Amino acid sequence: MSTHTITLTVNGREHTEEVEARLTLADLLRERLDLTATHLGCEHGVCGACTVLLDGKPARSCLTLAVQAEGAKIRTLEGLADPEGELHPVQQGFWEKHGMQCGFCTPGIVMSVVELLERDPDPSDDEIAATLGGHLCRCTGYVKIREAVREAVRLRSGSHSPQEIRR
Amino acid sequence: MSAPAASPPFIGRGLRRREDLRLLRGDGRFIDDLSRPRQLHAAFVRSPHAHAAVESVDGARAAARRGVVAVLTAEDIRGEIGPAPMIWNPIGTEVLVPDSRPLMGDRVACVGAPVAAVLAEDPYTAEDGADAVEVQYGPLPAVIDPLEAMDEGAPLVHPELGTNVCFQTSMGGGDLDDGFGRADVIVERTVTNHRVAGVPIEPRGVLAEPHGDRVALWTSTQTPHLVRTYAVRQLGWDEGMLRVIVPDVGGGFGVKGNLYGEETLLAWCAHRLRRPVKWIESRQENLISTNHGRAQTDVVKIGATQAGRLTALHVKVIADMGAYHLLFTPSIPVTTGVIASGCYAIPALRTDMVGVFTNTFSTDAIRGAGRPEGAHLIELMVDQVAAELGRDPIEIRRLNFIPKKDFPARLPHGPVYDSGDYEASLAKLLEHVDLAAFRREQATLREAGTNRGIGFATYMEACGLAPSKLSGPRSSGIEVSFWESAVVRVGPDGAVTLQTGACPAGQGHETAFAQLVADRVGTEPSRVKVVWGDTDATPNGMGTIGSRSITVGGEAAAVAADRVVAKARRIVAELLEASSEDIELREGRFSVRGSPDKSMTLTDVAHAAHVTDRLPEGFEPGLEASCFFDPPGFVHPFGAHAAIVDVDVDTGRIDIVRYLAIDDCGTVVNPTLVDGQVHGGIVHGIGQALFERVEFGPQGQPLTTSLLDYTLPTAAELPDLELDRTVTPSPHNSLGAKGAGESGTIAATPALTNAVIDALRPMGVDFINMPLSPEAVLTALRLASTGRSPRA
Amino acid sequence: MKPPVFDYHDPATVEEALDLLAVHGDDGKVLAGGQSLVPLLNFRLAHPEHLIDVNNIGELSGIKRDGGRLRIGALTRQSMLERSALVADNWPLLTEALSFVAHAQIRNRGTVGGSVAHADPAAELPVAFLASDADFIVKSKRGERRISAVDFFVTHLTTTMEPDELMVAIDVPAPPEGAGYAFTEFARRHGDFALGGAAVLLAAEGRTCTSAAVGLLAAAPTPLRAAGAEEALVGSELSQDGAEAAAKRAVEQIDPTGDIHGSSEYRKGLIEVMVRRAIEKAAGRLDGDGLGFSRNGGGGR
Repeated sequence: MSTHTITLTVNGREHTEEVEARLTLADLLRERLDLTATHLGCEHGVCGACTVLLDGKPARSCLTLAVQAEGAKIRTLEGLADPEGELHPVQQGFWEKHGMQCGFCTPGIVMSVVELLERDPDPSDDEIAATLGGHLCRCTGYVKIREAVREAVRLRSGSHSPQEIRR
Repeated sequence: MSAPAASPPFIGRGLRRREDLRLLRGDGRFIDDLSRPRQLHAAFVRSPHAHAAVESVDGARAAARRGVVAVLTAEDIRGEIGPAPMIWNPIGTEVLVPDSRPLMGDRVACVGAPVAAVLAEDPYTAEDGADAVEVQYGPLPAVIDPLEAMDEGAPLVHPELGTNVCFQTSMGGGDLDDGFGRADVIVERTVTNHRVAGVPIEPRGVLAEPHGDRVALWTSTQTPHLVRTYAVRQLGWDEGMLRVIVPDVGGGFGVKGNLYGEETLLAWCAHRLRRPVKWIESRQENLISTNHGRAQTDVVKIGATQAGRLTALHVKVIADMGAYHLLFTPSIPVTTGVIASGCYAIPALRTDMVGVFTNTFSTDAIRGAGRPEGAHLIELMVDQVAAELGRDPIEIRRLNFIPKKDFPARLPHGPVYDSGDYEASLAKLLEHVDLAAFRREQATLREAGTNRGIGFATYMEACGLAPSKLSGPRSSGIEVSFWESAVVRVGPDGAVTLQTGACPAGQGHETAFAQLVADRVGTEPSRVKVVWGDTDATPNGMGTIGSRSITVGGEAAAVAADRVVAKARRIVAELLEASSEDIELREGRFSVRGSPDKSMTLTDVAHAAHVTDRLPEGFEPGLEASCFFDPPGFVHPFGAHAAIVDVDVDTGRIDIVRYLAIDDCGTVVNPTLVDGQVHGGIVHGIGQALFERVEFGPQGQPLTTSLLDYTLPTAAELPDLELDRTVTPSPHNSLGAKGAGESGTIAATPALTNAVIDALRPMGVDFINMPLSPEAVLTALRLASTGRSPRA
Repeated sequence: MKPPVFDYHDPATVEEALDLLAVHGDDGKVLAGGQSLVPLLNFRLAHPEHLIDVNNIGELSGIKRDGGRLRIGALTRQSMLERSALVADNWPLLTEALSFVAHAQIRNRGTVGGSVAHADPAAELPVAFLASDADFIVKSKRGERRISAVDFFVTHLTTTMEPDELMVAIDVPAPPEGAGYAFTEFARRHGDFALGGAAVLLAAEGRTCTSAAVGLLAAAPTPLRAAGAEEALVGSELSQDGAEAAAKRAVEQIDPTGDIHGSSEYRKGLIEVMVRRAIEKAAGRLDGDGLGFSRNGGGGR
């Protein structure tokens, strides 16, 4: 089995790691970089809990090999807000509207929604449903997740948070 | 003395959750986020056969792989780990209990039964090792369908037991013959409730670590104390040897409210190997070898008079046990029998329950656990009776509701329903959906080729597991008593700690329990820390199953808080030189009745309780109290749901146009969280009705082993849900609360099924069973077009 | 569910990739978007000894018009094709097909060529290309081949590509002038593999159909052209009855593979409905008046 040295940027920080070819990006983030917000719910690309932004676009980190992330810019939930800082509007929307229960699927959903709103600050209900359609949640019935997304849209349009400007 | 910033009452307010900040920042700690130095990873070798003799297990090739530390088989645990416990034996019944161990030796009776475990330095290598274990199986005849399993000459799931019938029992009351004799119409249907899986998005997982002569076991469970008590029994250890700790849990839905062999085995491995061992269930394992549920065939007969009065109900419940028992397996169909008559005053009823072994994985509790089956069958039958009589199903319901004045209501078969106002909840539903207008719209749409239907479910359920007098070993056969416990402690600075035996899996206990304790002790929720999920740090408890957390655990917390307040009043009385009877607690201040200027806050009292020089000689320092609450009876939430659906008769597709739910769970502690529970519950029911089904091939091969084949509903298929509530407090706890976690699941399947039948009735479809797959819909239409009914 | 052991190769050019395929083609797999291959690895249903990752071969990616034809680099992400205005304006059947492909999170990684080479008969792009008379350009050390879509698919997950060949591009002719198009599909949930579906391109003079392409989704072990339906349509007047008759012809010879989501018989009926709806929708989109006989609910899903 081959091993490879890769360099990638995660939440603005550069990391160089030696990885086995078969290590998934999800396991790299979780096991090597201790970024455990990215969760593994199915490891076959369906549940969406492991979704991260890979070069700006939502992608399943369970279906991406770590070695493929050479040179990539990755964003995960941990990168949205400083540990003690203000929440990102999407995080804030999820808090205000009870957009999660167990919170296991939440990191992936939040990352997909972050990208949606960066691409389209005022998405239609259909666009929101299509984005959420790529994620499974067993707790909420999705009702309050939809409300949370709408709240995030409202919060973003009000004022841009420092996190977003910095990005 | 400072006044609290926010004023009570906090109960009834939709406060934001305190759990969310850690979850949203990525600081949640789920089982797979934990690691311990030198930890090993386990992978299991599981039977690919539904029934086979295990002829040999050769781990040599696996053990030789670099990074593999041990390969364990049944041989290694023989004499070390006893049989898996089953603790709920339906009363008065002999229940056959097959021998089941964490690693099976001679014979496997279902796909997924573990035969070897490989421990390795990392999970990739563990899986490589598991692939390298060579097992020789001698396939044996298998039986998958419980109805076939009851046939004479069917293959025996456990030849040593001599039968596939696990148990039979009956309950009933009233004169059944008289009831059916008085009936003008008798309607008989076979109502199926297919097998489903729980599918929390976080699979199960365990991490065991040796600590001296003890083992710490982190596990993703709803019931830490049950895991502790029964794992040590299996291991032959003292209870003190095992500490069970629960991290954040990524959903439970009943399937994590159990004890699994992986938990016991990993505790043993850690103790034996002196190294931490971790196992994270794969999704494939989760779909194959975490408990399934429902899996019932209910043969129902109901009688009614021409006037629409229900006279008698007879249900035969055939319940698929799977191959082996988990903690509660045989009890599930019994709860179906308890609530089978629903909201209705039926003078005579009888339920015959039979549990049947099959060569499939175990069934046990999944959200609702026996009650969805009961509500489903009665709500379908009420609609069937209405159709038979040519009456409005709403009218039949109203005619037969147990009237409000009859509560507490004793049913003919024994249960007492605590409180209810079924008419009010239905009336409220009908405020939100104008039925006459709907019927006009329906007719117009039909003209234009759209087949729209409406279906109702007026459900009740029994929850708040459980009063020991009604559920203990001598009454309904549970080996333990399901009280719940709490300790409330006020520290020297006035900060409050609640230790509870309840154990959340996403419901928001840390927020809701803090609200109710804050109200009782006169502080703010932010000053109440809720400690849960650690058998060393919490009093004995029974965990979060059966919608019991607030009604049993919350009440224990409230009573413990009251006891703290009683002591606080004695302290205040000493310091303010008054009689403790004259001390009142209002808006966060303890004051002497009639002298509001003389007062203390909880913080002042707490300080005085710990810095005790102002207290008289012999006054016991400290400010804490405990409570073990054993409720006097079950609580009975209820409600009225309606589903409006469009059915595409070309493809069989069902679209939910509207879904409305009126629920009554008594006093609501946090309405936002209750709404969330109801939403999730309804969509779980929608999932079962329309999308989800565990399927097996003819030889018992599981066919739903990925989330592409076991299909959970997504946001793209679902409408927003319209909720409202009525509030009928329970007399069984001082909060007046009932459960909310399962009600949505219980109501949704009959509402949807009745809606589909309503949509298709003009095409001759008068009955249909779940799952309402597109093909099932077209099959029903085809049968109807040839004059047949899919009633079975 | 962790992938088995393999060696990983990361060629930077097509030439390098072909060198690697010449050596490892038999016991290796090309890794493009990975959205089908990596699940197979995680389930350990595939055990390649070598993975040849083509993601860093820039020349394999891109969408361009070449004369009247569309050339899509094999590595082009599905999301890029979905958002291409060029494609939406001129090859709208492809855009419509993509709206049924999985979810955005998958399409961001999933590649156009990967979907074709994976050859799942329930996948949307292969059928859309088949109905569009596309050619697939494959290369090896031995040279370049142009394989027409009708000759490409052999059976479930199997194509006429050799183990040493790499798909480099998809070449799509322009649809007939003024053509109407429709892609219809039925799945249990949005984004799931189709239980049945159809891709239709129609051209007409007046009401008379002059050309018709009907591709069937999940109807056989391969993507399928419904020759009978096409015959029935061409030269006939476009009408509701005609659509029904053509849909019947489309399913005359098919025997879809049944599974837990739908039996063969169910799928056959479903595909008939999807073909009828696609024809109606395509006819409604013909340039000029359009033949507005589509009834309500004409959409596939």
